[in-house]
Amino acid sequence: MKALRRCLALFLIATSAGAAEIALPSDSIYWLDATLSDQSGVTAPLSARRGKPQLVALFYTSCKFVCPLIIDSAKGVERGLDPREREALNVLLVSLDPARDDTAALASVARKRRLDPAHWTLARTDDGSVRKLAALLGVRYRALDDGEFNHTSALYLIDAEGRKVASTSQLGPVPDPEFLTQVRAALSPRP
Amino acid sequence: MTLHASLTGTPAENDWVRLPGNPAFATVLDYADSGGKARVAPFEMSRRPVTNAQFLAFVTANPRWRRGAVPAVFAEARYLDHWRGPLQLGNDVRPQQPVTRISWFAARAYCEWQSARLPRWAEWEYAAAADGSRSDARADPAWRERILSWYAKPSTHALADVGTGSADVNGIHDLHGLVWEWVDDYAAMLVSSDNRQQGDKDILQFCGAGALSTKDRENYAVLMRIAMLSALEADDTTANLGFRCAREIPGATP
Repeated sequence: MKALRRCLALFLIATSAGAAEIALPSDSIYWLDATLSDQSGVTAPLSARRGKPQLVALFYTSCKFVCPLIIDSAKGVERGLDPREREALNVLLVSLDPARDDTAALASVARKRRLDPAHWTLARTDDGSVRKLAALLGVRYRALDDGEFNHTSALYLIDAEGRKVASTSQLGPVPDPEFLTQVRAALSPRP
Repeated sequence: MTLHASLTGTPAENDWVRLPGNPAFATVLDYADSGGKARVAPFEMSRRPVTNAQFLAFVTANPRWRRGAVPAVFAEARYLDHWRGPLQLGNDVRPQQPVTRISWFAARAYCEWQSARLPRWAEWEYAAAADGSRSDARADPAWRERILSWYAKPSTHALADVGTGSADVNGIHDLHGLVWEWVDDYAAMLVSSDNRQQGDKDILQFCGAGALSTKDRENYAVLMRIAMLSALEADDTTANLGFRCAREIPGATP
């Protein structure tokens, strides 16, 4: 009987979670129908990231200058959080360069920079989806003839429902204090 | 609701014009890495901008792109708000006028529906260099003057129907003189005032070289287009901004 009651409770939780899934806000980036492939080669729709706040940025692995700073910046934000907050935040870095950034290239960066796979996703997607995701975030970029990219660099805070909440273009290991405050607010438990 | 076959969204075969391209087209966008030359591969461009009737056929077939149904993240509130309803143009909107108040996402989705894409900036600029008798008339002061006079006109009166202006040497209409047009890579034009005016702390905004300067400063009309496009976000719509589609040459290797 106890087991049955527990079963029923689980069922109710499952169905109410299911109901909450239906209404994606109109200003959510999770409307974008894009498939991401991560540093382990696992594929999933972008919208599967719904449910947890994310730090999101575009980068590419052969970038020498700003892109390492993007990783530094997200790590800096993580360091500015308490353990509960850190647990509640994910980081998503999507490559601007799907032609060259294969799974091995993404995995190599994740390993060298010691990015915890429980929270960090380095992903690639198709060229059209990169362009659309960049447009949703407000990233501007152009491929140069020598294989590099010219791009605006910012770290974006996306809430659990996929809404763009804040961004910072102050990159580096010391987090932008205003941005850090916004991240902590997004991670604070709902009243 | 019924539509005449001629007003539906599927362009007839002769709506596409084949353009030979230019391996070293002199673009006004003088990127540090490219020396102001753009490689324009052979491609096809639609003869006229997309009309209200064609776009109506698109939203009729694709409910998620209807006004009121499209997520705000893909099109702002003014999307198609000059139409009477989501599936009705109304009396003030003619079927053959160019469709405007459409976002980049919506324009792109329309072209994808046509198995096509938006033209890239270099393709658009290359096509728009033509006049009635030359494929590149840009050095002619009279060409510049004529185009510039359109930009100087106030845009308060209703838009003409597409294709009413004379065709250029390639048979293409309305690249100048009717509406502004989306291009696929509008977001690659890194010339917004934000980027120009940033102070030291934002010097890291750009990863790598390749900042933009503009050559051919006399070509104001084209420079105005670049300024306008570079200021847009992908969900923006305006009353004078439309689009046309382009596509690879069928059967050709990319």
